[in-house]
Amino acid sequence: MIQVVCIKQVADTETRVKVAADGKHLDPAGVTWILNPYYEFAVEQALRVKEKLGAGEVIALSLGGPGVQTTLRNALAMGADRAIHLRHEGAALDSLSVSRLLADAIRPLGAGLIWFGKQAVDDDAAQVGPMTATLLDLPCVTAIATFELEGDQVTVEREVEGAREVVEAKLPAVLTTDKGLNEPRYASLKGIMAAKKKTIEDVAAAPSEPNLEVTALAPPPPRAAGRIVGEGTAAVPVLVKLLREEARVI
Amino acid sequence: MSVLVFIEQRDGQVRPVSREALGEATRIAAAIGGPVIGVCAAAKDPGLAALGEAGADRVLLATSDRFAAYDAEGTAAAVEAAVRGVQPVVVLFAASAMGKDLAPRVAAKLGIGLASDCTKIDPASGGLTATRPVYAGKALQQVRFPKTPALLSLRPKVFAQVSRAGTSASVEPLAVTLPGDGPRARVLRVSAVAGGKVDLTESEIIVSGGRGLKGPENFPLIEELAGALGATVGASRAVVDAGWRPHHDQVGQTGKTVSPKLYVAVGISGAIQHLAGMSSSRCIVAINKDPDAPIFKVADYGVVGDLFEIVPALTAEVKKLNAHG
Repeated sequence: MIQVVCIKQVADTETRVKVAADGKHLDPAGVTWILNPYYEFAVEQALRVKEKLGAGEVIALSLGGPGVQTTLRNALAMGADRAIHLRHEGAALDSLSVSRLLADAIRPLGAGLIWFGKQAVDDDAAQVGPMTATLLDLPCVTAIATFELEGDQVTVEREVEGAREVVEAKLPAVLTTDKGLNEPRYASLKGIMAAKKKTIEDVAAAPSEPNLEVTALAPPPPRAAGRIVGEGTAAVPVLVKLLREEARVI
Repeated sequence: MSVLVFIEQRDGQVRPVSREALGEATRIAAAIGGPVIGVCAAAKDPGLAALGEAGADRVLLATSDRFAAYDAEGTAAAVEAAVRGVQPVVVLFAASAMGKDLAPRVAAKLGIGLASDCTKIDPASGGLTATRPVYAGKALQQVRFPKTPALLSLRPKVFAQVSRAGTSASVEPLAVTLPGDGPRARVLRVSAVAGGKVDLTESEIIVSGGRGLKGPENFPLIEELAGALGATVGASRAVVDAGWRPHHDQVGQTGKTVSPKLYVAVGISGAIQHLAGMSSSRCIVAINKDPDAPIFKVADYGVVGDLFEIVPALTAEVKKLNAHG
């Protein structure tokens, strides 16, 4: 079975966000770029499926500037067989534009499973997985926490408010992964060496008109200065009084 | 110039997040001049007429046995049919588990952009603009919609409900051709999470524990305080990664972003990815032994000291308050 893992390169979660001169985007200076954490679970699960089946191909797919090659190389080092780099430079695209480009790239591959992270930790949109599935006219389950494959059928669980939905779908299907699905492997030295010989196909992406326009990016309004109520248990009655009479939250 | 709101139901109950979306819809509708119309997919009417009180003028109802559990593709078809029939200028979803799954599908079917997890909508500045937190709240992004309708999902617990006592909504059937012979992704069953607790994103009060608790065996301290406050228990990434707590308890950038009215951080130093996930809470209390911990920079009220003494004292004080009303 061919599996496609769509991955996104994002700013590290320890990044302090600085706004670029255009007032709309993140200032990339000094930012460490990583594979989006939720996508590590997607890469890992695809590799486990391939290992269980003992055959097949895992293709990593990413959209972005030349920098995303590092992230694709990382997926190859983890064990993906080959990669496709949809080359697009300039400002980040909206989710629908991205989904259209990915759907066009995925369609000819004949994949049985198409993997995404449940959301990217930069724009937090959580849209590209279900949008791409809709454009491909495939069933899709988002934010999965467990995964089982039996023949051409997957059974997964996804967390909803206060409960878990157990969902089954026939392949081909699109899945987006939540934290907790698995424990992603680290690339081994052997894997890193092997990745250098694997191919990254370079394809120019031609996005259409934007569907959403970013007009500004700004830091959140600062919180009003708080105060230390006191030290130790002596502060507890004061705290409770403040919560009740000043903040009125209990 | 109508505003369409997706009405989310589970087990025949309309979910509170949809009342919040209706509340915001009435404010947008007042600015642009037009009705608020709901659209719901259900096996049978979950009492939609009562949503008049929450702000709906009409509700379109698509009924099918397929909607007894969440049918993503069928529900997307119903919302698409409603959009094509009603021609709204704004469509609102809740950014809940269901809304996050559904809204992108509807957007893809309509070929229109979607702004997800919005915290503010401004209908009156030359076309609607929305504000949405990015980088888990480390920055706010403003977006505009080049096409009509504007599609938005709203963060839970941010938008106020309205109450129009005595008003009822007219409920009208919505005809939909459902795709396929049945759902291609089929919900087999819904199982309650242990304890059946309220989800963090929908909690009024959250008490979170961090590494300062020293081990999973000390979390009952947090649970007792949460019990006294009627709160939900959360956790920092450090303790989730250490396996002390399940992932669905995690607050922060790779966990949940929350906005409760009260957030109590116990033994949490305040890593930037944690602060991002909770700093939009209305009131923040921090209990930590290190007076220089970053958590105190965002806390409204801080108590410095040993949490193993302070937390039981706080639990006792809250219980005393509960007993005396």
